[in-house]
Amino acid sequence: MADWTLYEVFVRSKHGLNHKHVGSVHAADAQMALENARELYTRRSEGVSLWVVPAEQITASAGDEKEPFFDPADDKVYRHASFYKLPPEVDQM
Amino acid sequence: MYAQQVDTGAKRLKNLEEMSPEERHFQEKVDAEVRIEPKNWMPEGYRKTLIRQISQHAHSEIVGMLPEGNWLTRAPTLKRKLQLMAKIQDEAGHGLYLYSAMETLGADRDEEIEKLHRGEVKFSSIFTYPTLTWADMGAIGWLVDGAAIVNQVPLQRCSYGPYARAMIRVCKEESFHQRQGYEILLTMMREGTDEQKAMVQDAINRFWWPSLMMFGPSDANSPNSAQSMAWKIKRHGNDELRQRFLDQTVPQLEFLGCTAPDPDLKWNEETGHYDFGEIDWQEFFDVLKGHSPCGIERIQQRKSAIDEGRWVRDAAVAYARKQEQKAKSAA
Repeated sequence: MADWTLYEVFVRSKHGLNHKHVGSVHAADAQMALENARELYTRRSEGVSLWVVPAEQITASAGDEKEPFFDPADDKVYRHASFYKLPPEVDQM
Repeated sequence: MYAQQVDTGAKRLKNLEEMSPEERHFQEKVDAEVRIEPKNWMPEGYRKTLIRQISQHAHSEIVGMLPEGNWLTRAPTLKRKLQLMAKIQDEAGHGLYLYSAMETLGADRDEEIEKLHRGEVKFSSIFTYPTLTWADMGAIGWLVDGAAIVNQVPLQRCSYGPYARAMIRVCKEESFHQRQGYEILLTMMREGTDEQKAMVQDAINRFWWPSLMMFGPSDANSPNSAQSMAWKIKRHGNDELRQRFLDQTVPQLEFLGCTAPDPDLKWNEETGHYDFGEIDWQEFFDVLKGHSPCGIERIQQRKSAIDEGRWVRDAAVAYARKQEQKAKSAA
């Protein structure tokens, strides 16, 4: 497998839903990756659309949650609807 | 279990105070049921143990295709042949899900397969037994996949995310395997000749004890089990899972109108479980050491599948290069 590319596989399970990561396959090229992914991840009609992406093409945020990467979102409670207290008469908003 | 006797390298469990800050943080996450993902920090022992467990599990799925493949060309009807082929394809799929999960830990697939071929990594003891009659296809689906389900359901909550997610997909598919196996036996018992019914009983006699052995020896005093439990890559003791399997299987056995090759098997009103006889662990350890009817043959078959399939893989690479060249010169 060493000389074959590792592709990450994404499946759209139903029309109207987004593609979701399901796993990976090895393949000699993208077309073969699609066919392998079909055999491996959609044997029971689990999908209506498939994406395969070379794993090395994915740029990911650092793995550990201690990472301050997501900190900027933590101190902005005013971004949530629940931050705004309204009188009961209009609280259905 | 499909992974038996996995070595964790642990002599005893560390408590939180003895751990490094990183280890402690890791253990606290595991204790809080937070899944560990590939890029998270993890103890080296955890990584190595998981690689051992997942590769053994993956190899078992792949080798497990062989005893069934033995009957593919001799299935009694086209329907049975298609069903068996679908089941075998699922097993290949399970192996691939698991190899993928293993690769997220930094293990190399080819290298792990090489280790299997050199005898350094095991596959499940159950697949070293021969499949002598068509009824064996039923017994394997019902008992072997049944035991595998009991083992794999708790692994859906395993602490390592990619392994747990692979198990969710595997478990969804296993239930078809078990039901098709049982249906084979039920059909033979209901519609078969006396000879065919005897074949069912004979298959059960041969696969009964090996299925119970799949869960591995009692782990009461095993430091490996304690460590695997603390890491939540094992969630129940071997004896507990074996009992769970037995309790659900005996009524199905009775419904078939068959018996188990165990004179001590009986319902225990007090405990609410079935009592059963002593397992011959010598046979289990002999099998793990390679003294088994088909152990060597299975590995040889796997090796030759890889060697004889080389030209297909080479052709795929050559074709991909050619397509790439064509696309380039067209552009």
